[in-house]
Amino acid sequence: MLEIRNLHASVEGHEILKGIDLTVKAGEVHAIMGPNGSGKSTLAQALAGHPAYTVTEGSVLYEGKDLLAMKPEERAREGVFLAFQYPVPIRGITNAYFLRSAVNAIRKHRGEEELGPVEFMDALEEKLKVIGWDDSYLNRPVNDGFSGGEKKRNEILQMAVLEPKLAILDETDSGLDIDALKTVAHTVEKLRRSDNATVLVTHYYRILTHIRPDFVHVLSAGRIVKSGGKELALELEEKGYDWLREEAAVA
Amino acid sequence: MSSGIEAQVLQPYKYGFVTDIEADVVPPGLSEDVIRLISAKKGEPEWMLEWRLRAYRNWLKMVEPHWSNVTYGPIDYQAISYYAAPRQRPKLESLDQVDPKLIETFEKLGIPIEERKRLAGVAVDAVFDSVSVATTFRETLARQGIIFCAISEAIREHPELVQKYLGSVVPANDNFFAALNSAVFTDGSFAYIPKGVRCPLELSTYFRINASSTGQFERTLIIAEEGSYVSYLEGCSAPSRDENQLHAAVVELIALDDATIKYSTIQNWYPGDEEGRGGIYNFVTKRGKCVGRNAKISWTQVETGSAITWKYPGCILQGDNSIGEFYSVAVTNHRQQADTGTKMIHLGKNTRSTIVSKGISAGRGQNTYRGLVKIMKGAEHARNYSQCDSMLIGDRCGAHTFPYIDVRNSTAIMEHEASTSKIGEDQIFYAKQRGLSAEDAVSMIVNGFCKEVFKELPMEFAVEAQRLLGISLEGSVG
Repeated sequence: MLEIRNLHASVEGHEILKGIDLTVKAGEVHAIMGPNGSGKSTLAQALAGHPAYTVTEGSVLYEGKDLLAMKPEERAREGVFLAFQYPVPIRGITNAYFLRSAVNAIRKHRGEEELGPVEFMDALEEKLKVIGWDDSYLNRPVNDGFSGGEKKRNEILQMAVLEPKLAILDETDSGLDIDALKTVAHTVEKLRRSDNATVLVTHYYRILTHIRPDFVHVLSAGRIVKSGGKELALELEEKGYDWLREEAAVA
Repeated sequence: MSSGIEAQVLQPYKYGFVTDIEADVVPPGLSEDVIRLISAKKGEPEWMLEWRLRAYRNWLKMVEPHWSNVTYGPIDYQAISYYAAPRQRPKLESLDQVDPKLIETFEKLGIPIEERKRLAGVAVDAVFDSVSVATTFRETLARQGIIFCAISEAIREHPELVQKYLGSVVPANDNFFAALNSAVFTDGSFAYIPKGVRCPLELSTYFRINASSTGQFERTLIIAEEGSYVSYLEGCSAPSRDENQLHAAVVELIALDDATIKYSTIQNWYPGDEEGRGGIYNFVTKRGKCVGRNAKISWTQVETGSAITWKYPGCILQGDNSIGEFYSVAVTNHRQQADTGTKMIHLGKNTRSTIVSKGISAGRGQNTYRGLVKIMKGAEHARNYSQCDSMLIGDRCGAHTFPYIDVRNSTAIMEHEASTSKIGEDQIFYAKQRGLSAEDAVSMIVNGFCKEVFKELPMEFAVEAQRLLGISLEGSVG
């Protein structure tokens, strides 16, 4: 589904990613871990196409297509979803309207008929239940006045509604209390299918007790320094990241 | 960040075409002789000419005001032609005699004036340069005693009404541009709604400037008798030209006991090009007077055009319990400047006013809200609610707010809210990441920002306003 080869990316002239290689297949969940400043969020943003992140080298194939050649909205319409670390508030637009516009942009792209407000609300009801929300959230402006946890839940709601093929969760777990974390993790697990994949960017081990990754990768100074199964996450939890830095320096 | 946000293809002004039609144009310049000539061309009675001349003599003593937050070069009032009319002036009674070129022009503008194509539920008065060329649905309206016609016709046919009310809300010497208008006004609409009648159609005037080097000085007078209701809408456009053209209109509304007037404007005069060349100077005086008890006057304006907009549609709330409302969306893109707002003058007891102003600035546009809420001594228990919101797109534009509040009665309750927001690259990217295009994202954000105002527009025009806003802002976001 996703093949990243030797990806280099920079922000304001500073190179952050220094050659990432990663292959994600349909049905898999990959966790990307690493200390602050290692480039985890840069990887997520670069895959989504944020204009502040410049890819300077390397290639990314998404379902056999050149992802880097696609505009951000095209990536989204083709099924790439980024759950933002800092979801952006948009005043004056209700959550429901925003979501329906997004759904319809994607449906239109696929040549499907757009959904009217009533049909859309019907489809939405069940997704709301999954994340434990009532209708009141739908009539609030997008992320405006939401608490940190509400914003993250809102990202997951959008993900549940848009049903992406490739979901990239950028530190969705940070700032969540244990109940919210469980809800989020439960939703992600529920959406897991053999034809989609998830890349979970996280700083902490605890979410991985709820979402079971197939692979864990450790990012340090812009490179993946170690990959393994979920036991690697546990090792990191016990030892921290320092030993990896040393290991990388020796290598 | 601004480079990404602002750079985009520029959508040209869609109404900038010129109709090639032979025109009867008075040579440039202003004098008593020119005023006599205009009055004679319109076949006006002596009292009207005298009124104009008095206004002109007043105007000569006045100085062009420069207190507004806009800049422009000097206007040469002798270089403007004060009258331009398509030759072969059609008889208003028969639409068949309207020059096909004029019908075609209005059709291109989306204003069908031919019988079979008329907008359902909307009566239109079409004004081309200095004259009204057609008014639709006149007979339907006449059956209920409603008069809807060109003001020049009203001066001839209904002199008692015009004499009674013309200048009663905006006196001929009210301000420099109002005085100029009073001296040289050429056409505009007149509407009279008799006692107890609810006007069954939206009344609408479409103003088109076509001739070059001319000014348009329209005059509109709407009178709503006791217990009547009318909704009126004006639209406007002009060809794209490198010169600036002056549009100085005066609108007067009179609402008697229990009457309601809803006045909506969709202003789309040529705004000039991206470098600020050309465009209309839209210097307008609009005022309504709630003369009677429980009267209501509501202004809704969507201002997207003009190089410079200078207008403050206001309400004089004289009757007890009367209500004034002002809902405004003003957009300035490229080098456009707008200084607009309202005046609410509370005289009667329990009078209420509401002001909702939404300013959107993009490019190098400068947008100023200027409003006055005045509670006079006798206005017991007056209330005002004002809300001024500004939105910035990019980082080279400006938003300014000058709310003036003058309260002379301690029972008044005043509320004022203001906010400034910015469409940021992060918002655009967030929307894009959900599959929306930049244009859709901006139009969604902007429409969300404006929806309190749009919902005040008559249904038929709310869609038009949204579309226009999209066009005006095209090119402002990447």
